[in-house]
Amino acid sequence: MFELLGVPPQALFGQLLLGLINGAFYAMLSLGLAVIFGMLNVINFAHGAQYMMGAFTAWMLLNFLGVNYWAALILAPLLVGLFGILLERLFLRHLYHLDHLYGLLLTFGLALIIEGVFRKFYGSSGQPYSIPEELTGGHNLGFMFLPNYRAWVVAFSLVVCLAVWYLIERTKLGSYLRAATENPTLVQAFGINVPRMVMLTYGFGVGLAALAGVMAAPIYQVSPLMGANLIIVVFAVVVIGGMGSILGSIVTGFGLGVVEGFTKVFYPEASNTVIFVIMAIVLVLRPAGLFGRAQ
Amino acid sequence: MDRRLLPAIVLLGVALAAPFIVYPVFLMKVLCFALFACAFNLLIGYVGLVSFGHAAFFGGAAYITAYSVKVWGWPTEAGLLAGIAVAALLGLAFGAIAIRRQGIYFAMITLALSQMVFFFCLQAKFTGGEDGIQSIPRRPLFGVIDLKNELTLYYVVLAIVLSAFWLIYRTVHSPFGQVLKSIRENEPRAVSLGYRAEHYKLLAFVLSAALSGLAGSLKSVVFQLASLTDVQWQMSGEVILMTLVGGLGTIFGPVVGAVVVITMQNYLAPLGEWVLVIQGVIFVVVVLAFRRGIVGEISAWLSRLRA
Repeated sequence: MFELLGVPPQALFGQLLLGLINGAFYAMLSLGLAVIFGMLNVINFAHGAQYMMGAFTAWMLLNFLGVNYWAALILAPLLVGLFGILLERLFLRHLYHLDHLYGLLLTFGLALIIEGVFRKFYGSSGQPYSIPEELTGGHNLGFMFLPNYRAWVVAFSLVVCLAVWYLIERTKLGSYLRAATENPTLVQAFGINVPRMVMLTYGFGVGLAALAGVMAAPIYQVSPLMGANLIIVVFAVVVIGGMGSILGSIVTGFGLGVVEGFTKVFYPEASNTVIFVIMAIVLVLRPAGLFGRAQ
Repeated sequence: MDRRLLPAIVLLGVALAAPFIVYPVFLMKVLCFALFACAFNLLIGYVGLVSFGHAAFFGGAAYITAYSVKVWGWPTEAGLLAGIAVAALLGLAFGAIAIRRQGIYFAMITLALSQMVFFFCLQAKFTGGEDGIQSIPRRPLFGVIDLKNELTLYYVVLAIVLSAFWLIYRTVHSPFGQVLKSIRENEPRAVSLGYRAEHYKLLAFVLSAALSGLAGSLKSVVFQLASLTDVQWQMSGEVILMTLVGGLGTIFGPVVGAVVVITMQNYLAPLGEWVLVIQGVIFVVVVLAFRRGIVGEISAWLSRLRA
């Protein structure tokens, strides 16, 4: 059996895969945060709670209505996205003219409410969600065992991220979005309904978080607190990447997931903190973030 | 006599008489959190920096005081000083990194850094992991003042907290405080006038961290416990809630906010998980409807009456 840097290849590639999966979630969540921040100037602290809601919606659809994974993959983001639109209509839109701080505090409060309610009914232990039949099992690649579901998560999230990038950077709708980010008044003067676009953008970002939640459900247990700690790591990812660029968010998300995976192999004690350490280093060397524009 | 001193004198009278009516440990908890909230308010209210990571200073100092008093057998006053010193150093490190970005990024960076401190405390041997550091002895202060008596401890805590309030008051009303306010209002202008905004912000951050550390150290002396709850991000959220409820940028606001939030937690404790939900609802309601907080709304109402 050959070894790489003193570590058996199974462990190395296993952690690499796990890192890629975490990276997929970092990328999808930071993408949603960046899209929302671009349009609303709000840092959505409830993003982790909405990711958790996505996972729970999938779990509820399966257990109460018998709706399978594939349908949940579409339904759960739609439902949670609609819930996001409701939040935007009821609360967030009253804060756009204020300091960004208030949007952060409001969504922090919303996150406490959502997580508190789920904890009330489901405790802090996790609910299992089984892998869909079509994706059980795996392939032996010789150097490692690749479970099908994990391969699917990495591939599908990459497709989703690139689709979002295409939507925003290459389509007419995306150009409206980018224009409205730069100068909403002018875009409105051209007859485009900017408030509605803002509302839909928030719904879209929230839906993206929910989609990540559905994909995470079979890998991690579905628990009320699954998003609470994740969102802090995602904040660090956003600071490292800078919110200026869509592709930047994707690359940073996957990259940091892989770095975290490798840390688990070589220095497990630091695996929880490595992303925060990288954040500190990046801030010292390049305060605007790797892909950010200087203010 | 200056009329502005009146509320301060009334409050002092209430604070001196309070332990004969209310359970002293509860009062000391309120005092510790009032100090924590005032230290936090120094940043958000007077410099305009939103830190989401103040739990790191509060909890970090609590651990240091707990460990030095319990394991090394240091006297209480040395333990408190060690807690403050470590919180100030942490503040220097956090501040140096975080003031490179502003506004919303500043909040995210401080949150991430404090999460790093949380994981450190979770994994480090000396913090006792999930158990925390328990039954910390209350050694006599300066070798004479017996802290085992709860009434004595209350007056000691009161004296320390009041001195800290005085320090905050003096800071805010000093030339240094005026420069901080000018940076909050218009940073480029302050810079163009020759003030090194970064240095001012960093100093304010360190001061806020040190005072938060004092609050955490006192808390560990009062409860004889330092645990992971003190360093968790929920703690940072709580201090924000207190400041927000009382009124951002007001002198007495954070104190009022601490009283309200701690009292609420005390009475709602049997409701378990609903406490978090209620706190969330308060966040939403205050942000949407009462952004000036209790003290801010009252003083706005008073000035309307006079007009």
